[in-house]
Amino acid sequence: MTQAPEKFVGGGLWRKEDPALVTGRANWTDNITLPGMLHAVFMRSPYAHAKITSVDVSAAKEQPGVVAVFSGADLDDEYEKHPRENPAAVTGYDLSLHDRAQGHTVTGETEEAESSEETKRSFVAWIVHEELKVPHHDPMAHDEVNFAGEPVAVVLATDRYKAQDAIEFIEVEYEPMDVVTDIEEAVAEGSPLAHADFGTNEAYTWDLTDGDIDDAFSKADVTVKGRYLQQRLIPNAIETRGVVANPDPISGGFTVYTSTQIPHITKAVLSSYCGVPEQRLRIVAPDVGGGFGSKLNVYSEEVITLVLARKLGVPIKWIEDRSENYVATIHGRGQVQNIEVAADSEGKILGMKVKLLADMGAYLHLNTAGIPLLGAFMYPGVYTFPAYSFECTGVYTNKTPTDAYRGAGRPEAAFAVERIMDALAAEIGIDPAEVRRRNFYEPFDEPTDTPAGIQYDSGNYQLTLDRVLELADYEGLREEQRRRRESGDPVQLGIGFSTYTEICGLAPSKVLSALGAGGAGWETAKVQMLASGNVEVITGTTPHGQGHVTSWSQIAADVLGVSPDDVEVLHGDTAIAPYGRDTYGSRSLPVGGVAVHIAAQKVVEKAKKIAAHMLEAAEDDIEFEGGTFSVAGSPDQNITMTNVAGAAYTAQDLPEGMQPVLSEEYFFDPPNFTFPFGAHICVTEVDTETGFVKIRDYFGVDDCGPVINPTIVDGQLHGGIAQGVAQALYEEAVYDEEGNLTTGSMVDYLIPGAPELPNYTLERTVTPSTSNEMGVKGVGEAGTIGAPPAVINSIVDALSPYGITHIDMPASPWKVWQAIQDAQGQEAGTRDADRSGRPSQAPDSTDTEGGSTS
Amino acid sequence: MRRIQMTVDGNAHVAEVEPRLLLLHHLRENLGIGGVHAGCNTTSCGACTVHIDGESVKSCTVLAVQADGHEITTVRGITENGVWHPMQQAFHEAHGLQCGYCTPGMIMASISLLKENPDATEQEIREGLEGNLCRCTGYENIVKAVQLVQQHRDEMVQDAAS
Repeated sequence: MTQAPEKFVGGGLWRKEDPALVTGRANWTDNITLPGMLHAVFMRSPYAHAKITSVDVSAAKEQPGVVAVFSGADLDDEYEKHPRENPAAVTGYDLSLHDRAQGHTVTGETEEAESSEETKRSFVAWIVHEELKVPHHDPMAHDEVNFAGEPVAVVLATDRYKAQDAIEFIEVEYEPMDVVTDIEEAVAEGSPLAHADFGTNEAYTWDLTDGDIDDAFSKADVTVKGRYLQQRLIPNAIETRGVVANPDPISGGFTVYTSTQIPHITKAVLSSYCGVPEQRLRIVAPDVGGGFGSKLNVYSEEVITLVLARKLGVPIKWIEDRSENYVATIHGRGQVQNIEVAADSEGKILGMKVKLLADMGAYLHLNTAGIPLLGAFMYPGVYTFPAYSFECTGVYTNKTPTDAYRGAGRPEAAFAVERIMDALAAEIGIDPAEVRRRNFYEPFDEPTDTPAGIQYDSGNYQLTLDRVLELADYEGLREEQRRRRESGDPVQLGIGFSTYTEICGLAPSKVLSALGAGGAGWETAKVQMLASGNVEVITGTTPHGQGHVTSWSQIAADVLGVSPDDVEVLHGDTAIAPYGRDTYGSRSLPVGGVAVHIAAQKVVEKAKKIAAHMLEAAEDDIEFEGGTFSVAGSPDQNITMTNVAGAAYTAQDLPEGMQPVLSEEYFFDPPNFTFPFGAHICVTEVDTETGFVKIRDYFGVDDCGPVINPTIVDGQLHGGIAQGVAQALYEEAVYDEEGNLTTGSMVDYLIPGAPELPNYTLERTVTPSTSNEMGVKGVGEAGTIGAPPAVINSIVDALSPYGITHIDMPASPWKVWQAIQDAQGQEAGTRDADRSGRPSQAPDSTDTEGGSTS
Repeated sequence: MRRIQMTVDGNAHVAEVEPRLLLLHHLRENLGIGGVHAGCNTTSCGACTVHIDGESVKSCTVLAVQADGHEITTVRGITENGVWHPMQQAFHEAHGLQCGYCTPGMIMASISLLKENPDATEQEIREGLEGNLCRCTGYENIVKAVQLVQQHRDEMVQDAAS
């Protein structure tokens, strides 16, 4: 091995992950082929809500290549009647699975449920409220389907084409039922019910109040309120989901390869749900082609693939196709937000009220109910004020379930607060930068209380705002904007701010437990020096594009005094990394990376003892630098880390009582979350004649604490901002009244391509976190959280002379154009439209009655 | 079943295939080339992009039988004697990939783009890659990777001239 005195943390090392990826040699789930493997294809409900009256699979079974066909009812016995209890898989509430199996809610109802023999199944892992209504969720529907795309039958055949062919021969009879899709209609009197047995579509209501909110509003000089829509989004990882389940005849267990962010959680959930003893289940996340939260779940198809491998005794493979991905993989967002702020005449906030409706979709997935609550703590954002109230009602609809999508609850919060700050600035007539400044916390470097009752770790919001104003040449932009306004330029300039913070680094186990999410927020790492002096880092985090192999190598290399090339990072296989809590919520570095750092330090501590013994010196006299231990004052007396590792391995002459080898494990349970922050400015050019919005420049100054690899961090921000811009301008999952997803393909759902996105001008400030010894905060979601309000604020800023105060996302040319027409009045709008040669999708193009005769 | 013959990454292959089989699936399932990725199967995402007789094509939009007699190049075939193609090297150096699932298709499309328009401007590069979706990078570093190849090529030309 090579000795490496230089330091690697903070350097933009090229990624170690890349060689396999750029040469087409990665190991995706769909690349796994096993002898005797059968291919599964699912038949899915075309109805959003219907009774299933019959399923006839007999003709399908006769098709060429078909080995077996099962309906939902056929597989009923394959799930355990009394699932294995596993606290890693279910809620931290003191509620036995058996109680839930009886259909009890957690309020402690004492009467026996009528269907006491029936097992109640669900995938839910976050019981947000003691009265949360959890629907029974079979992996394949039995009697009733609750969203279009829910699986109802499965075909196993020798190849995918044959399995797909046989689907056509399955006869399913449905009795359509009334459908509810809109969350505001769902909570109105007389709405159809997604789950009739609950008697309501409300899953739960969760609230939080801090300070005297009524007093704040009674003292206010001004109040501003907003109603904002968080459209549903479809995560669209370019690799769809996929599973291969392989029986192991020796142990009687199974290896499940699955495209997931969470192999460890999947192990616990599949064990519990399917009744496979946990020690006989090995979960492998091979190379995973993106997740963005959509692979932070355990899905029906994983359960069914596993139980079919058990039932048939052969490997089973299922690969999701894109049209399935649109309906069978979770969606994100889906909220109606009402926010109201009370302030004094100077724009200083006195209080904030937030009321949400959050779309759960048809069922609860792992964290469906909890996602809005990640926002609950973040609506106050970077602003300090005395009173805050929050209330969220989760609502069932006959649509694909929602769950975590990049940012998960926090982009929603940042959007609402950053939009309302602009409204407040407009109301009192000051610059939007200034209203933010007036409400910022003073810079702080120790935990500080917030209006939402939590503590931020550290912050210096003024610094990022000041820097982004310089970077963007704010004064120059305002000058250009003034010129364009005065000259009546049809293309107006918009300047939009977002000064955000987010909650990352999930999380302290006790806090997660108190929130009903079952605890276990720790992360673990094992650092082991092999006899050769090379290093293995075993991490419980599970990267799917984030570059952990490179970053963790940098961390370990610096502590151990080796080169990153001498380090291998092992992950994503529960047989190699038995413990771990996986990758989501920007947690990998501030929890898992810190565990690597501490474990590596423990290796050095032990090595130092061995070095002292070998050099016949006192341990206190041993210095460690650049991979070499030496005696203070006698640098010639030294021994390399490599040699110590060899000595620790051969164990011929270790200090009395010391165990052989250098291998240290550490479980890090952080004392607090981390709170990255930043200030973004989006500069748009808005064509007032066509409604087309072009992002001319995007400036971001972000602070995620010290940076391990700046190239990777910039990449995370690029991609995050891109997804935020995508929400602001392009993407929306649209349903019709019957509950059909009308944007069910990449043709209908506008994922931005290279021409639609800007370049990103980024800088950083460094404010170390107080939540871990490295001071790191996490960065995976920052861009997605910061960007949507910056974009919309920019468009509204451009159009403010028209009196336009809001445009819903996605701000399509049609919506922008329509807002301008509405602002100018219908008559003026028609005239402008005729003159400008409006786009063909203009709304009045279908309004021929009484309209223009042209 | 139809008998087809094609050269893939320099190797001749003969196979009996159903006429409906997509080239994408033929390459992946019959020839075991896991470096051609399925992203959508509907010609939208570009993850499956390969070259047919030197031109970039989404392999999910072509039937295997249509490729009969043609020469196919995948991302696995552009490395020569263990040396990466300049575009592969540039994606690595410019951090033009994260999860890497779109990458083989993106690299093949980028090579084709520069072949057709060697001096493509940034806007032309962006438009040229419109048919290839990436969900991780936000595209800036992909564009930079293509520009890096242009830059290195120009430097080599200059070196040769001087």
